[in-house]
Amino acid sequence: MSMSVSRVARAVAAKDLRIELRTRVVTNQVLPFSGLVMIMFAFALDSDDVLQRVAGGLVWLATLFSMFILVQRTFAVETYDGALDSLRVAGVQPQGIFLGKSLALFIELLVLEVVLFISAVVLYRVSVGGLGAVLLVTCVLCATAGLAFVGTLYGGLTAGARGRETLLPLLLLPVVAPVLICATRATESAFESGGVTVGEGWAWVAVLATFACVFGLGGLLSFGSLIEE
Amino acid sequence: MTTATVNSKGVGTPTTRIYGALAIVALGWVLLGGLFFTPEDVVQGDAVRIMYVHVPTAWVAYLAFIVTGIASACWLIGKKHSLGFDRVAGASAEVGVVFMAMTLLSGSLWGRITWGTYWVWDPRLTTTAFLFVTYVGYLAVRGLGGSPEQRARRSSVIALLAVLEIPLVHFSVVLWRSLHQQASVLSPDGDIKMDGLMLFTLLFGVFGFSVLFAWLVSHRQRIMAMQDALQTNALDAAVSERLREAQV
Repeated sequence: MSMSVSRVARAVAAKDLRIELRTRVVTNQVLPFSGLVMIMFAFALDSDDVLQRVAGGLVWLATLFSMFILVQRTFAVETYDGALDSLRVAGVQPQGIFLGKSLALFIELLVLEVVLFISAVVLYRVSVGGLGAVLLVTCVLCATAGLAFVGTLYGGLTAGARGRETLLPLLLLPVVAPVLICATRATESAFESGGVTVGEGWAWVAVLATFACVFGLGGLLSFGSLIEE
Repeated sequence: MTTATVNSKGVGTPTTRIYGALAIVALGWVLLGGLFFTPEDVVQGDAVRIMYVHVPTAWVAYLAFIVTGIASACWLIGKKHSLGFDRVAGASAEVGVVFMAMTLLSGSLWGRITWGTYWVWDPRLTTTAFLFVTYVGYLAVRGLGGSPEQRARRSSVIALLAVLEIPLVHFSVVLWRSLHQQASVLSPDGDIKMDGLMLFTLLFGVFGFSVLFAWLVSHRQRIMAMQDALQTNALDAAVSERLREAQV
């Protein structure tokens, strides 16, 4: 009678992405916001050399800032009209909800990162070689998986709580610090900025993959008790 | 339901009074020993006296977060979901945050005197700062409101996620520092050859601050029990009042 976890996950992810496609909040608000952040960084740093050197870090910072908005949004649609409660009343496995929401967030973040990396190439004059591109894609996939898992986990925790807009960044920023460190270093390797080579980047990707696995498992185990009120 | 009683003599129990007395004696000794009896350090001079507070507070802060983690796991695993565990976890985290703030403050003052800078991106310092922020967040989650059971469920998961998070933060900071630049300052623990009285005062400090921790946590969790009882009883009273109204 009950649906399998993967079917629930696909249904939840499809629902979230359909909502985003129809409301166009991501395309019309979050993407322009992150583009603006990239321009503001250039104003603040005011030097082509510095920008080229720190481009990797700026892309990931802009990703984190935009992620808070995305996470907030993905759970705002759930708490509005008690949608999350209805899902639970329907007897759906919380693991399915967790995976589904993480998948939707993962795809939204990927779209965001593609735009940010293109703007880094255009605005900050970075370039990527062949092997660098392989490293970059792997790094983006691992880092984004980790961000999607922790984002869903902590978003679910603060969903419906008073003052969640301010609480979420306080909880999330320390947790995603390893992602910022490792993804930035790996991206710098991919861009070969500051004299680092592409080969040095892979150690960081290993940490990113570990992070994603740890919080993916942690989320599967704990999401049920987080959203249960 | 938890019943908390307050007698006219205060909220202490024989056990907490013993903790309190031991803490006063031990910390009194650390104060005298640390400031007057122990000698100056050959290299650091009087700055070494900060150590008698810095090391014990750091120890207590880490101990507090271990207690929070274990108590949260006990709440989550235990079949009865006894709120006592949750209150110990919360009280311990509160005390831990205060002691971690003291550690960071005394450490950066010591660093300013000894290294000439308030802060270095040493993995241990950075991890400690993240631990501090993480548990500030944990306390914010505890303050989200709702029933004591909701609070316990949320905060126990957060505490266990922090146990996952901190090693990852530490590992990535270690990797970051080791690949990026060689350590250019004295390692924080250094090779300090310690005079016997200094070591004794330091260990006594660790003991005294640990007892102080136990004293603070046992009082704090009793206060929390009373707050929970107040919340639950007030609700019960309100419900029974409404029921009485309905009967009229």
